[in-house]
Amino acid sequence: MANYEMIIAGFGGQGLLFSGKVLAYAGLLENRELSWLPSYGPEMRGGTANCNVILSDTPVGSPIVQQPNVLMVMNTPSLDKYENDVVPGGKIFIDSSLISRKVVREDVEAYYIPATKMAQDMGVPTLANMILLGAIIANTGCVQPDTIAAALHKVIPARKADLFDVNMQAIEAGKAFVS
Amino acid sequence: MQEKVLMKGNEAIAEAAILAGCRHYFGYPITPQTEVAAYMAKKMPKIGGTFLQAESEIAAINMVYGVASTGKLSMTSSSSPGISLKCEGISYLAGADLPALIVNVQRGGPGLGGIQPSQSDYFLATRGPGHGDFHVLVLAPASVQEMADLTGLAFKLARKYRMPAMLLADGTMGQMMEPVCLPDPAEAEEKAPDWAAVGTGCARVHNIINSLELSPAVLEQKNIERYERYAIAEKEEPRWEEFMMEDAEICVVSYGITARVSRNAIVEARKKGIKVGMIRPITLWPFPKAPLLKAADQVKSFLCVELNMGQMTEDVELAIRCKKPVGLCSRVGGMIPTPAEVLAKIEKANEEGG
Repeated sequence: MANYEMIIAGFGGQGLLFSGKVLAYAGLLENRELSWLPSYGPEMRGGTANCNVILSDTPVGSPIVQQPNVLMVMNTPSLDKYENDVVPGGKIFIDSSLISRKVVREDVEAYYIPATKMAQDMGVPTLANMILLGAIIANTGCVQPDTIAAALHKVIPARKADLFDVNMQAIEAGKAFVS
Repeated sequence: MQEKVLMKGNEAIAEAAILAGCRHYFGYPITPQTEVAAYMAKKMPKIGGTFLQAESEIAAINMVYGVASTGKLSMTSSSSPGISLKCEGISYLAGADLPALIVNVQRGGPGLGGIQPSQSDYFLATRGPGHGDFHVLVLAPASVQEMADLTGLAFKLARKYRMPAMLLADGTMGQMMEPVCLPDPAEAEEKAPDWAAVGTGCARVHNIINSLELSPAVLEQKNIERYERYAIAEKEEPRWEEFMMEDAEICVVSYGITARVSRNAIVEARKKGIKVGMIRPITLWPFPKAPLLKAADQVKSFLCVELNMGQMTEDVELAIRCKKPVGLCSRVGGMIPTPAEVLAKIEKANEEGG
């Protein structure tokens, strides 16, 4: 299986760290080598936030992703910041409800998903992150579809268990959009 | 070993401390180690332990001293500026020969500095954090697994040598999540150590826990005896990991997060045919001098990679008795070198030779 080095970036509060955690847990359930590294400090308290996720078949060296092969962005500053870091042939997943510009580079694959609009239409306005995550999973195969549900059970705390179904619906909507 | 779970480094420290039998945590919040305190705040009350957010770092370390005096495992955690405040208390712990764990999840300094990762407390940790002649055991984890494993080891060694131990991590190690197998819970202690102040039951002479000794001759003897213990630790406790050292001509020396960045760079350099390996100190005090001295006869140069202005280069030069050049690749202030930056230094060292 290929190695994935991902950056998930946007504004604090968009659930970016959470999306990364779901991927990390899925990697754990698949017994793969992985790391999850969040931005911390002032970034968590409003402003830009991001996390780096590595899923690998060999032990992870540096947990810091310098050259992602998958980039998920939910605001324009993040696209501006990371577009040029993506490896040639890498994939960029963009919330096109929030980012109006297109990817400039021609040596990467860009996917425009109106995730925030889709989430609002579905009545789950806070789950645009999971729609994008669904798109990434369906498009890249970075984790197995079966493990995502189990991973979500691990990440969602027991007291919020009622949120499981809507998260899965958002993931499915993202998958359907790119399939 | 328990089932593999995903945890932040800071959480792994907290859980491992509890599994090691620690039931007393005293702290004061500071980024980037606050998850240790948060975890303890949630868990300690449920298992009959003590979590106390002290009024300051100084109060917290002195509470640690109090519990340590009874022979129980106790700990505090902080980040660089908070550790400076604790130094007086650490010196007193050392002077009273008390075991305890101090966790330092380092951030950039000096002063208030920043909140991003750093290793600039290397000198503070390895030279003895406080006044007087003393050392603390210093352990430098490079994975979340080691955050857990070395926490347990730190308590064990602190007990064995009656010394404070410092877990010297950095912001990245504290914040990142990785799979970790937590150890099984330690068996409960049946009785307090002989030296502990737990009440005599009128059956023995009082144990006095104190660092004050006004007789110079007696104080000198205490210092000498302490250093005899240190000498045993220096002989028996150095720990390190070697990576691709078999045929290495350049030896990277790095610990914590930078050891992981270096690992990427070494793999890349090997693809280019450069014979480079790494000795990763796991204990920074005692420093793994023997493997470095041995490597000095094999390699043409050493390259320290760390998040400070080159503090460890002095220890490497001493360990290898200046037999070979020691270079430095470093970023400071919360910056972390990229694997490409480390690779460039390795290539330069390769061109320059010995």
